[in-house]
Amino acid sequence: MTGHEQTPDLLVSVRDLRFGYGSRMIYDGVDVDIRRGKVTAIMGPSGTGKTTLLRIIGGQWRPTGGTVLFDGADVHQQNRKALYRMRQRMGMLFQNGALLTDLTVFDNVAYPLREHTKLAEALIRDIVLMKLEAVGLRGARDLYPEELSGGMSRRVALARAIALDPDMVMYDEPFTGQDPISMGVLMRLIRSLNTSLGITSVVVSHDVEEVLSIADYAYIVAGGKVLDHGTPDQIRGSESALVRQFLEGRPDGPVPFHYKAPPLEQDLMGDAR
Amino acid sequence: MNGIRLVLTNFLSGLGRAQFFLLGVLSAIGPALLRPRIIVRQLYMIGVLSLVIIVISGMFIGMVLALQMANTLDRFGAEDAVGVIVALAVIRELGPVVTALLFAGRAGSALAAEIGLMRATDQLSAMEMMAVDPMRRVVAPRFIAGVISLPLLTAIFSVMAIGVAGGHLIAVDLLGGDTGTYWSQIHANVDLTDLRQCFIKSAVFGAVINWIAMYQGYHAPPTSEGVSTATTSTVVVSSLSILALDFVLTAFMFR
Repeated sequence: MTGHEQTPDLLVSVRDLRFGYGSRMIYDGVDVDIRRGKVTAIMGPSGTGKTTLLRIIGGQWRPTGGTVLFDGADVHQQNRKALYRMRQRMGMLFQNGALLTDLTVFDNVAYPLREHTKLAEALIRDIVLMKLEAVGLRGARDLYPEELSGGMSRRVALARAIALDPDMVMYDEPFTGQDPISMGVLMRLIRSLNTSLGITSVVVSHDVEEVLSIADYAYIVAGGKVLDHGTPDQIRGSESALVRQFLEGRPDGPVPFHYKAPPLEQDLMGDAR
Repeated sequence: MNGIRLVLTNFLSGLGRAQFFLLGVLSAIGPALLRPRIIVRQLYMIGVLSLVIIVISGMFIGMVLALQMANTLDRFGAEDAVGVIVALAVIRELGPVVTALLFAGRAGSALAAEIGLMRATDQLSAMEMMAVDPMRRVVAPRFIAGVISLPLLTAIFSVMAIGVAGGHLIAVDLLGGDTGTYWSQIHANVDLTDLRQCFIKSAVFGAVINWIAMYQGYHAPPTSEGVSTATTSTVVVSSLSILALDFVLTAFMFR
């Protein structure tokens, strides 16, 4: 699969993606399709570059090889103005929320509207309150980010990410460090925003069961490659040893428990260092 | 030998990156001027909040300078010249240089830490993903506010050092000098060229301090150590740059 299929339901198409830091390759020929109106999960062990993939799709980082098409246009061939127009159609939820700390919850959600529209302040107020209502935080509008819990910050960031009614929202590890209630709230939000607003969702996570329960399609990424992809049921039935290790959370397997090191005896008997 | 080459390469590549960064800041100034409210807020954060340290320092530097001068000049019967010496020393050198050093310590370090933390907490990335250019919304407004603030703070510093609470307090109120002589000597010997040079120095220092602080903060590694190093580097590099630039500017001005 090297060429881009031009099917109308494809919003993002990643082909033969290559990316690395120095000599370390993060991606070595990755193909991913994000279909419109679906929740697509990107899963894999920590350190496999899942967040990197989102930053590449968003055009923040440039791949060393391969292409990323967003709605048919190559993300990395756009000039700054066109890229910024493209980004207005993408929302991104950062792992820690990344709210602007000198603004209130209300002003954070209003920020993209004030930057990119000429709407009257009264209309902006209505939109912001509706977005905050959607994430259940209309009552927290006057709080500052430091007064919010981790889960609330992410919900505010989600309201901000959907402020401009984007075509797609990318979620970077939305469930990490959340208590079961916050996790349940975020899962319900991602699914309901997807169904009610028709937003295409890309969820990067290593919380296997939670993500598979809301995803329509999933990719398992490790070692710079896509190991497997399919519907949640297909993934659950995968016979790949690495996928099984990942899904079942076994400490040892194709991904070794020990970081690469010389034999223990050699280390213990050798010179102290 | 390899070590020296590595240090030199790192220094030159850092300098190159800093120059590209400055070009980015300068090109963002125009769009940033369209949002004056952000600049006004930064004028408050950078300028107004630096007032206390500038006023108090100006006062004490004027006082100590007048005390030293009065003691020495008294031996030659030239105590009437205290005012003019204080005024020239402050307007030509101490005003712009000390204000800039204090500004680097107070506002420069705060700017580097603020922008470094925004980078570390993904706020700058979030702005980029919201299609908002952080150069226009974060960096350029602070740069403009810094360049405006420093000459104003220098003027306030100089007034405090020469005026009622500084040199005047010692030379006239404490040591019994004549107030008319104090001011007329200053009036006769300080000309517009001195004031213009004072302004040019402080504007250049303002631009350099803000450039260094923004660059250090913007490129700080996203860790607590990274932000702390950026803050320290801002103060050290800015202070050394101010002293070196002061020499260069003075040499050109008094050719």
